[in-house]
Amino acid sequence: MLLVPLRSLIIGVFILGLKGFILRKVVAACLTIVAIVCVNFVIFRMAPGDPVRIMFRDPRVSAEKLEEMKQTFGLDKPLSGQFVAYVKGMARGDLGQSFSHRRPVLEVIAAKIPATLLLVVTALIIAVFLGVALGALSGWKSGTRLDTFILTASLTMYSIPTFALGIILLLVFAYHIAIFPLGGIATPASLYEGAELVWDVLWHLFLPALSIVIWYVGEYVLLTRSSMIEVMGQEYITTAYSKGLKKFRILKNHALRNALLPVVTITGVNLGFAVAGVIEAETVFSWPGVGRLVYDAVSHRDYPLLQGVFLLFAFSVVLANLVIDLIYGYIDPRIKVSG
Amino acid sequence: MNQLTIKLEKLRIFFKLLFSHRMGLAGFVVISIFLFMAVFASFLGTVDPARTGAVEDILQSPSPNFWFGTDDLARDIWSQTIFGSRISLTVGFVAALITVVSGTLVGLIAGFYGRILEEVLMRIVDFFMMLPELPLMIVLAAVLGPSMWNIILVVSLVSWPTTARVVRSQVLSLKERPFVEASRCIGAGSMRLMFGEILPNVVPLMFAQAVIMITEAIYAEAVLSFLGLGDPTSISWGMMLHYAFESGVIARSMWWVLPPIVSIVALIVSFSLLGTAVSDVLEPGYKEKKGF
Repeated sequence: MLLVPLRSLIIGVFILGLKGFILRKVVAACLTIVAIVCVNFVIFRMAPGDPVRIMFRDPRVSAEKLEEMKQTFGLDKPLSGQFVAYVKGMARGDLGQSFSHRRPVLEVIAAKIPATLLLVVTALIIAVFLGVALGALSGWKSGTRLDTFILTASLTMYSIPTFALGIILLLVFAYHIAIFPLGGIATPASLYEGAELVWDVLWHLFLPALSIVIWYVGEYVLLTRSSMIEVMGQEYITTAYSKGLKKFRILKNHALRNALLPVVTITGVNLGFAVAGVIEAETVFSWPGVGRLVYDAVSHRDYPLLQGVFLLFAFSVVLANLVIDLIYGYIDPRIKVSG
Repeated sequence: MNQLTIKLEKLRIFFKLLFSHRMGLAGFVVISIFLFMAVFASFLGTVDPARTGAVEDILQSPSPNFWFGTDDLARDIWSQTIFGSRISLTVGFVAALITVVSGTLVGLIAGFYGRILEEVLMRIVDFFMMLPELPLMIVLAAVLGPSMWNIILVVSLVSWPTTARVVRSQVLSLKERPFVEASRCIGAGSMRLMFGEILPNVVPLMFAQAVIMITEAIYAEAVLSFLGLGDPTSISWGMMLHYAFESGVIARSMWWVLPPIVSIVALIVSFSLLGTAVSDVLEPGYKEKKGF
């Protein structure tokens, strides 16, 4: 079933006449997704003890009830049969029932995606602009006091765990100087509409976004800075100088443009880490997104839900990486020539 | 004997450079304080951190009886903070050891033998590196059940690929060097070449990786415990925050939240400062720049 989208993608690539580079990337991404689906199946079956018993958590449950549960979840079949059922279900978009919500997992997750996207996209946009600007400045002025300051600050920011930072922000700005809300995405039972509602959501968005931004900024500063320093040593920068071009123009058109290439790829590699920031920030600020769902699933030992969220995160990281690879192929002329 | 003197001299220069690096020194000092706390935990005026107290001692602010106050089960926060350093450092060191040793082995074998073996091993590495780390760790920890050793296992399982990848690329360049070629010419076998000639040259890299892995493992333990996947029988800093968060009185009990937060942040930042310093010092040309 998974081969259908794979095949249509490959055919699509051929029809569009794209280069082998893209084909390779797409095939690799599809294989990764197949592998993730298999790993996911294995992980949840290596749990010590009987999964059905773990679900009940109550040792007094009757044998008939256990048997009934096993049949509902298809756990009475042999492993190979379970695997086929699992893959078939997944192809239909069926990820099973959530224990704690008593609704299909896919439904529960889908309802939470918009909130998470709002948080991540806001944080990412702010952080990229701020981080690239500060990193470029730091690399441009490398060796000066300003550079040392930016570098040390970013290293520190980058290493503080998001949840610790979140708790500090929460205690300071929501409890002690109570200028921001304690959590959630909007004031409960407020009946706000239009501009007021937007303002309310932004007000709730500030602290969780900030705790993610601080981590992201540190990362982008470090990446842009090292890339910038490397570019600044290249001969074409010296050439640009000797042509008498203005400093800012060299920075913008010659140095930064090239320095951004590695920044783009590494963003893809690091997306997996960004997911961690989302889980932590959403948990601390009770942001009703997919990250908070992880926390709830863990505390209720809701394995089907946990499994679903894991798949969602893994798939999005793979897809985002694919997109970034394709963008990279587009902006880096060398790949087009050799591909 | 002569060999040993050279090695000791190299080590002396390495530490001299590390301590003259401001970040390295700062990191080292703070880590030493936590190491001291962990080793002498029983002598630092602590009681059993898991022992619950009398009802009237619940949620006490700091006092001569309870230096850092008590939590909602009247447990002593000072003792929890001190003993917490043991958990963080144990998880950090043990997980880093497992990660670096297994990662190096895979990287060494892949880089040295090449061909299909390398292809297969590196595809596995790529696959693991593609997976989002924290969700994978959460899922594994949830399935395996809460215990410190499970957390160590989970962290090691998830983080070895980075080391494997770094070591492999180093091995690829090392195996083409003349001294390896020379050794091969006088009849050294694969084992001798891998472990006798190439491995010693990978050791500095392993050391740098180990510092990074310790940082990541400490962070992972803290997050997993904070999310409620920690070992309930041994209270770590992340668990303290988890309990504080669940109690609902987090705002009125700063003394409960601050010690674990400050400890986590201080330890992690110190290790990443030390890590930066170590990679700087091991960079080719750094020694010469500083006049050695």
